Amino acid sequence: MAQVTLTNVKKVYAGGVEAVKGVSFDIPDGGFCVLVGPSGCGKSTLLRMVAGLETISSGEVSIGSRVVNQIEPADRDIAMVFQNYALYPHFSVYDNMAYGLRNLKTPKDEIDKRVKEAARILAIENLLERRPRQLSGGQRQRVAMGRAIVRKPQVFLFDEPLSNLDAKLRVQMRVEIKKLQRALGVTSIYVTHDQVEAMTLSDKLVVMNGGQVEQIGVPSDVYRKPASKFVATFIGSPPMNILPAHIDGPGIVALGDAILEARDLRQNLTEGTKVEVGLRPEDIEIASEGAAGTLPFDVEFIEELGATQLFHGKLSGLPFVMQAATDVVAKESKRLWITVDPDRVHVFDATSGARLGRV
Amino acid sequence: MQKNAYFKGLTIPLLLLLPQLAITIVFFYWPASQAVWQSFLLQDAFGTSTEFVWFENYTELFSRPEYFKALVNTAIFSTFVCVLSLSIALLFAVMADRQIRGAEIYKTLLIWPYAVAPAIAGVLWLFMFDPSLGMLARGLQSLGIAWNPRLNGNDAMILVILAATWKQISYNFLFFLAGLQAIPKSVIEAAVIDGARPWRRFWTIVFPLLSPTTFFLLTVNIVYVFFDTFGIIDTVSGGGPSGATQTLVYKVWADGKGGTDLGGSAAQSVILLIMVIGMTAIQFRFIERKVSY
Ligand SMILES: Nc1ncnc2c1ncn2[C@@H]1O[C@H](COP(=O)(O)OP(=O)(O)O)[C@@H](O)[C@H]1O
Ligand SMILES: [Mg+2]
Repeated sequence: MAQVTLTNVKKVYAGGVEAVKGVSFDIPDGGFCVLVGPSGCGKSTLLRMVAGLETISSGEVSIGSRVVNQIEPADRDIAMVFQNYALYPHFSVYDNMAYGLRNLKTPKDEIDKRVKEAARILAIENLLERRPRQLSGGQRQRVAMGRAIVRKPQVFLFDEPLSNLDAKLRVQMRVEIKKLQRALGVTSIYVTHDQVEAMTLSDKLVVMNGGQVEQIGVPSDVYRKPASKFVATFIGSPPMNILPAHIDGPGIVALGDAILEARDLRQNLTEGTKVEVGLRPEDIEIASEGAAGTLPFDVEFIEELGATQLFHGKLSGLPFVMQAATDVVAKESKRLWITVDPDRVHVFDATSGARLGRV
Repeated sequence: MQKNAYFKGLTIPLLLLLPQLAITIVFFYWPASQAVWQSFLLQDAFGTSTEFVWFENYTELFSRPEYFKALVNTAIFSTFVCVLSLSIALLFAVMADRQIRGAEIYKTLLIWPYAVAPAIAGVLWLFMFDPSLGMLARGLQSLGIAWNPRLNGNDAMILVILAATWKQISYNFLFFLAGLQAIPKSVIEAAVIDGARPWRRFWTIVFPLLSPTTFFLLTVNIVYVFFDTFGIIDTVSGGGPSGATQTLVYKVWADGKGGTDLGGSAAQSVILLIMVIGMTAIQFRFIERKVSY
C-alpha cells in the first residue's frame, strides 16, 4: 500500500498540445481518488503519466516514498483497468490473469492460488477456461479486474472502466468496485466523465477542466460548495441553474426585481457588481405568492421521473429547472412562486466564474 | 449481423455473378481442363499425329532426374524466399509500427519494390551482381569472394532468391504493418504494465495476434514463389547454369516452349496445380482450426 503524490505535473504532447497544465494533489494510503471532467480535459493523460505509459513533461509523481518519473511501468507496482478491458484475446481467462505473475517468475502453485482466489472474489471461477470473446461485457470487466488484483499492486488505476457497460450493469459494477477497493484497501485512482460515478465512488474528488484542476475535495463538499461555475454545473443532475444578477448589499443579490439572501457570499463586494447566481433544481421550494425573497417561475413542461418530478420553464425569461416531490401539484403554462434556502444560494464571479464566498 | 437484403429466385444472383464466373471459366477452368486433357496426349516430333496415351507422360516424367532436380530447386527456392521475405518484412513492419520520425517516408520507400515489374526487378539484380559490371559483384570480388552466377549454380540460386525476396518484401510489409496496427494499443499497454519486456511481449502477445496475417501471407507467398517468380528467374538466370535455378514452373515453360514436349509440360502443370490446391486446402483447414482466437 502506498500514498500517491503529484507535484505540479504537466504534459505537453509532441504536437504541442498542452494536455495537463500543472496538477498537484495527493492521495492517502488506501484512498479512492476520482478524476472527473468533460471529455478531453486531460484525465486519461494524467492517469497514464502515473502508470508510466506517457512521459511526464515536468513535475513529479511519487508512489510511496519513491519518485517514479524515470521508472518503467512494470516496476511501478501498479495495475490498470482499461476502458475496453484490453484482455489478451488469445489467452484463456486463467492465462489472462496469470500473465503478469508469470512475467515476474512467480512459482506455479502461488500463481494458481492467487488466480483462483481472485476468481472466487469476482465470481468468475466457472469462466477460467474461456477465451475473452466467449464472455459478456460484464464478465470481461470482471476478468480485467481480476488481472489487476492478482498482482497485489500498491495502486489501482482505472480509466473509465464502466463506460462500455449498459446502465444497469454499470450501477452494479460500480458498487462492486467500491466494495472490492474497501476490502483490499489498495490506493486507487479512477478516471471518469460520469459525475454520478465520481460522487459515489470517491473519497477524494478531483474535478478537472481544460488540463487544470478546478476543485479538490470530498464529494459532499464539492457538491455543497462548488469552487466555480464550471464545477457547479458539472456536478449534480439535473445541472445547477445559472442566472445573471448583481450585488445589492452585504449578502444580498438581486435577480431582476427579486431579492435573494446568500449567506455564503463574501461581504466586501461593491454594490452593483455583476455576478451569476447558481440554484440547484433540488434546492428549490414552492412559496406563497408575492412573499419576500420569492421568484416567479413560469412552468412550461412537467417531466415525471417516478420518485420525483421536474418542472421545466422560464425564470425572468431564462431557462430554469426545479425538482419537486410527486405530491406537489403544478400545471403547465402556469406561474409558481419559488424560494431557496439562503445557505444554498451560490454566487459566482460573472467573468472568472470563481465562487464569491467561502469554499 | 443480419442479412437485410436477399433475392428471390436465381436469375439476379446469377446475373450479378456472371462477369466473375466468365473470367474464372475463361482464364482458369478452361486452360486447366486443357492442360489436363493435353497431359494425356502424346504428339510426334513433327506435330502431325496425336495419340491418347493415358498416364505415360506422367510415368515418363517421374523417370527423369531433371524433374527431381527441379523439385529440389523449388523446395530450396521457395523455403528461402518465403522465410526471408516474411521475416524481413515483419522486422521492417515492427520498426515502422513504432512511429519513428520519418515513418511515412520509410513506409513509402518500402512499398516501391512492389510496383516494379518482375522482369525489371530481375534485370536490376542481374546488373548489380553482374560479375564484370555489377557494383555489388565487384565488391564481393574485392573481398576475395569468388562470385559468378553465370557459371556457379549456387551463386545463381542465391541471386534469384535475393531478387525474388526483395520483390516480395513490400507486399508482406504492407500486410504485416496493417496487422500490427490492428492490434489494440491498450492490449500492448496492458502487457507493458504486466511486466512483459519487449522481446517477451513480441513473442507472447504480438506474434500470436498476428498469426492470421502470417498464415494468409504464407499462402500468398507460396503461390508467389511457385508461379510469379517466373519472370525473375527468366531474366536473372534463364533457369541456368545447367538447370541450377530451374524451378517446377520454369520447367513447365522450358519443356513446352516451341512445342517440343507439350504432353510432358502439361503433365507438369497438372502436378503443380494439384500441389497448390493441396497446400491451400491444408492451410485453410489449419487457419480455421488454429488461428481463430
Ligand atoms: N497521444 C496524443 N498526442 C497528442 N495529443 C493527445 C494525445 N492523447 C491525448 N491528446 C490530447 O490531449 C488532451 C487530453 O486528452 P485525454 O487525456 O485523453 O482526455 P480525457 O481522458 O480527459 O478525455 C486532448 O485534447 C487530446 O486531444
Ligand atoms: Mg480518457
